[in-house]
Amino acid sequence: MISVKGLTKKFGSLEVLKGIDAEISKGDVICVIGPSGSGKSTFLRCLNLLEKPDGGTIIFEGDDLTSKNIDLNVHRRKMGMVFQQFNLFPHMTVLRNLTCAPVMLKKADKETAEAKAMDLLSRIGLAEKANVFPDKLSGGQKQRVAICRALCMEPDVMLFDEPTSALDPEMVGEVLDVMKALAGEGMTMVVVTHEMGFAREVSNRVLFLDEGVIMEEGTPDEIFGAPKCERLQSFLAKVL
Amino acid sequence: MQEWIAKLNETFIESGYYKFMLEGLGNTVIITLGALLIGVIIGTLIAVVKYFAEDSKIMKPLAALCDVYVTVIRGIPVVVLLLIFYFIILTSAEGILVAVITFGINSGAYMAELIRSGLGAVDKGQMEAGRSLGMSKMQAMRKIVLPQAIRYILPAIGNEMIALLKETSVAGYVAVVDLTRAGNLTRNNTHDAVNPLMVVAVTYLLIVVVLSRLLKILERRLSGNDKR
Ligand SMILES: Nc1ncnc2c1ncn2[C@@H]1O[C@H](COP(=O)(O)OP(=O)(O)OP(=O)(O)O)[C@@H](O)[C@H]1O
Ligand SMILES: [Mg+2]
Repeated sequence: MISVKGLTKKFGSLEVLKGIDAEISKGDVICVIGPSGSGKSTFLRCLNLLEKPDGGTIIFEGDDLTSKNIDLNVHRRKMGMVFQQFNLFPHMTVLRNLTCAPVMLKKADKETAEAKAMDLLSRIGLAEKANVFPDKLSGGQKQRVAICRALCMEPDVMLFDEPTSALDPEMVGEVLDVMKALAGEGMTMVVVTHEMGFAREVSNRVLFLDEGVIMEEGTPDEIFGAPKCERLQSFLAKVL
Repeated sequence: MQEWIAKLNETFIESGYYKFMLEGLGNTVIITLGALLIGVIIGTLIAVVKYFAEDSKIMKPLAALCDVYVTVIRGIPVVVLLLIFYFIILTSAEGILVAVITFGINSGAYMAELIRSGLGAVDKGQMEAGRSLGMSKMQAMRKIVLPQAIRYILPAIGNEMIALLKETSVAGYVAVVDLTRAGNLTRNNTHDAVNPLMVVAVTYLLIVVVLSRLLKILERRLSGNDKR
């Protein structure tokens, strides 16, 4: 579904990604782990071109997103993104947060979008919050709404950038549960996370990113059970 | 006191000059509001161009052009601009139209900076969230960023309006009868040296005081219920 080849990215003279290759297939749940500053967010943000790569290609459903003559907006509609800081739209109600993009981009008419949104909200138990503004929600509720907002566009893949890092510990679980359910439904997901438990339990492949390259990659059992490279071993020793 | 009231009556009412003064006030209001509208439009356009120019190569030359505009306008006294527009550029237009356009163009240059900092005050993640859903830059600007920037921008526009109101008092240079000029002509023709200008001054003062109060209320509202 997504095929990344030789991806490089620099910020000024700082080389953050130094040639990343990754293959993401339909139904994959891929967790990206690694030390702070290793380029995990940058890698994820390159996937939907929120950061413009300096080199390499990103083939998404057959189209090279890095080529010039491509309508990124159309492709982004098929890639949902969930941010560490939620980034809900504070000037819109929860319901409008969900329906705003599908209606504006003519993916659905207002009634259909609202029905879909209410369905998503009731599945996470937040239907009664449909008409409140985001500032009235707890962090965990905000992040679950943010996930629904992305889902409302019916994306083919969901990108998560540390979705639970800004949450109070007691709210991490409710967000991870929604993500697990999503994975269970077969959604393709790329998740940057520090939640090793989630990576172990839910993902089918783990990428260890360090110093701008994927140092090691494998199934959760391989990565957590028998880490090969030394940097991964010392990283895991620190976080587990 | 009685004497003074009699004098006022003579200068403004009996002479019929009160109508003239009202007309002047009307023109001052028209110029201020018209210029404000043009200023907001120009200012928004420039602000949006400069906002996007930060990470778009295509916008860079346009942004450079905007910089030239802002520099030129800010470097020239508004009276001189007014004369240039009246005598050189818009020679066949009426004074009041020239005044609206000139003050609008002038105020646009100042407004651009105000609006830009308002846009800058909105968290970058908002634009990214919009883009990640597939909105174009303009769509995300219109629906996501601008509506949130308004609460930073509105108070600044209010201040600009107050400054603009007072600035328009030089409109008389291009044969517009605004409040100031109406007062001055009344002074000339009635041989009352004091009251016409006093009335003019007090009228400006009153409008400014009222506007400032409204602005205070607006500001309190905007910061009070944060998310509307
Ligand atoms: N817009 C930017 N401009 C300049 N440098 C940046 C920018 N974004 C990220 N960087 C730098 O790139 C490096 C990688 O950042 P990135 O956010 O991808 O790391 P990360 O692995 O997500 O870290 P964390 O776990 O802390 O989120 C860091 O050194 C960071 O300072
Ligand atoms: Mg990060």
